[in-house]
This record gives sequence, structure tokens and C-alpha cells, in this order.
Amino acid sequence: MDLRELSQLLEPDPMDLELVRVIQGGLPLVAHPYASIAGELGITEAEVMRRLERLLETGDIRRLGVVVRHRELGYRANAMVVWDVPDERVSEIGRLLGRQSCVTLCYRRPRRSGRWPYNLFCMIHGRDREGVLRNLDQLIDSCNLGWIERDVLFSLRQFKQRGAKYISERDGSTQQDRSITLGAS
Amino acid sequence: MVAQKETILDRPLNALERRLLNDFQDGFPLTPRPFQTIAERVGSTENDVMRTLRQLQSQRLISRVGPVFRPNRVGASTLAAMEVPMERLEEVADIVSSYGEVNHNYEREHRLNLWFVVTAADRESLNQVLKEIEAASGLEVIDLPMIEDFYINLGFPLQWT
Repeated sequence: MDLRELSQLLEPDPMDLELVRVIQGGLPLVAHPYASIAGELGITEAEVMRRLERLLETGDIRRLGVVVRHRELGYRANAMVVWDVPDERVSEIGRLLGRQSCVTLCYRRPRRSGRWPYNLFCMIHGRDREGVLRNLDQLIDSCNLGWIERDVLFSLRQFKQRGAKYISERDGSTQQDRSITLGAS
Repeated sequence: MVAQKETILDRPLNALERRLLNDFQDGFPLTPRPFQTIAERVGSTENDVMRTLRQLQSQRLISRVGPVFRPNRVGASTLAAMEVPMERLEEVADIVSSYGEVNHNYEREHRLNLWFVVTAADRESLNQVLKEIEAASGLEVIDLPMIEDFYINLGFPLQWT
């Protein structure tokens, strides 16, 4: 078992959770951001950097850096492409799709009998609809996916979009009533 | 509620902005002065790097400089879908968006036309939100939680035109 698998089985360290709470909205854009976080947590700058390094190693933090807003940068179209892959091949094909540069998310999800037949979901972004469809065609071609039943769900109106609040503190919260979630969808 | 207003980029990006947007989505330096480290790599100054990032953030081109977490490490989340009659879509989208547990809520082109992500402290609270949305809308919510994450790419490659 590697570090990534192991870490998923362990309860998160309380100081790591504090660190997540402090940085989830972004690092402070100041000359010494880690020292500033350290001051807030009452630990040393070196420990902040060590903990971040460790969370990156375990994959609890998938990446650390600039989080861009696709729509505002002109990538206005995004399609959720869903596939009905035979269960015994879904991991193999999921990993293949997850490696393609135009794919930004790739998840296995359950089918729902009679209402939803697809078990593999990926997100493809593009400047416009045509760009997304071109990327999809190339993807189908290069990965040889033409035989898999699929559907393309373009997004229309965006009713709500915000970064997930991973740890929210309700009024007068204690450790117990603090709701904690990591990651979206 | 109507669809969220978008600000679309209406000016060319300069070379520093492009590099910051494209090259630092991953691997942000874990050094005491990370903006200085970035400045050295891109041939700029620490102040210019910090100022540019602040501007990109205030212009809503970046949401933050920070972490992206692995899904479902703690707590519970799901992707949910509903088939909403067109004339009720805004009303039902409003109900859905009113929950603090909902962070994305989109109309999509499909028979199932409303898609949203719900995150909560645990599966029980998550189910409660889904049940309440069903009760308030009188419509079925299809719950599609993630089973496995295959995403390997880091960041999003931008193409400048």
C-alpha cells in the first residue's frame, strides 16, 4: 500500500484540518505567506511548509497554485461527457481519459436503473461549442472509444458557482458542529 | 435568481499574466518567499508578481492562489440531477441554490436539465438536503456520488489566441 492509499484510511490530523481551514480560500498574497499562516495557527513557518509538502505527497492536496476561472478567461463552453462503459473496463478507460489534456475531471459514478445509464463522467472545456466537440472527436479517435455509448451535456445557464467551502464554521461553532468536507462532487 | 453574471476577458493579457496563469497552476513554491521564487523563474520582481496576482484575482480571472483538494477526503459530496419542466427551471434552481451545501448549480442540455454538486459533513446530512429539495420541488433528485476518481492531469492548459 502506498502513502496515498494509506492516508485515505487515516483520520485527518487536527492541525492539518486547521491548516486547510485557513488556506481553503487561498494563500495570502504577501511576501511571506507561510509565515503569515503560521502566525495564525501558532506553529512555525517551517512546519506550515512541511505539512503542505506532506499533504501534497499524500494527494490530500491535489495541487497547489493558481486556480483559474475558465469562463472568465474565455473558455465559455464546457461539456460533461458521459459514457456507458462495461463495468469490467471502466477503471482502465477512466484512467485513459483522465490522462488526456482536454479532460479536466474524470469520475466513475453509479448508473440508476431506468433513469440514468452512464457510469463514467468527464468534463471537457473549450473556448466554444465547436472547440469542445473537436476535442471530443479527437479524444474518441485517439483513444478508440467510438464503440462506447455516450452523451454530451453542454452547460447552459450557471445558477451558482463558488469554490466549495471545505470547512465551514457556523456561529459559535465548536469542534463538533463544524461541518467538514473536502472537495467537490 | 437569474443566471450568474459573468465577466469575460475583454483585454489582451500581458506576458507576465500569461505565465502566471499557465505555468503556476501546480507546483507553487514551498519556499519562505514563494513570489520571489516565481519572480526569479519568470524574470520579474516579487512585487510585480504579487501585484499581478492580486489584480487577476480582483478581476475574477483567478479564484485564488491556493490548494485544490482531493474529492471526498473528509465529509460527503455528490453530483445530483433533476428533470425540471422548463417553465419551472428558475424556480427550482432557486430552491437548489438556496442551500449552503450546494456549490455548483448548472442548467445542462439534456432531459435531466438541472445538475448540482452538494457537499456536507456526512452522508446523513447530504441525504437530508436531497430529501428537502425533493420535498420543496415535488421532483425526483437523482443522486450520483463519485465512486472512483481517475483524474491525473494537473491544472488546465490555456491556449492563447
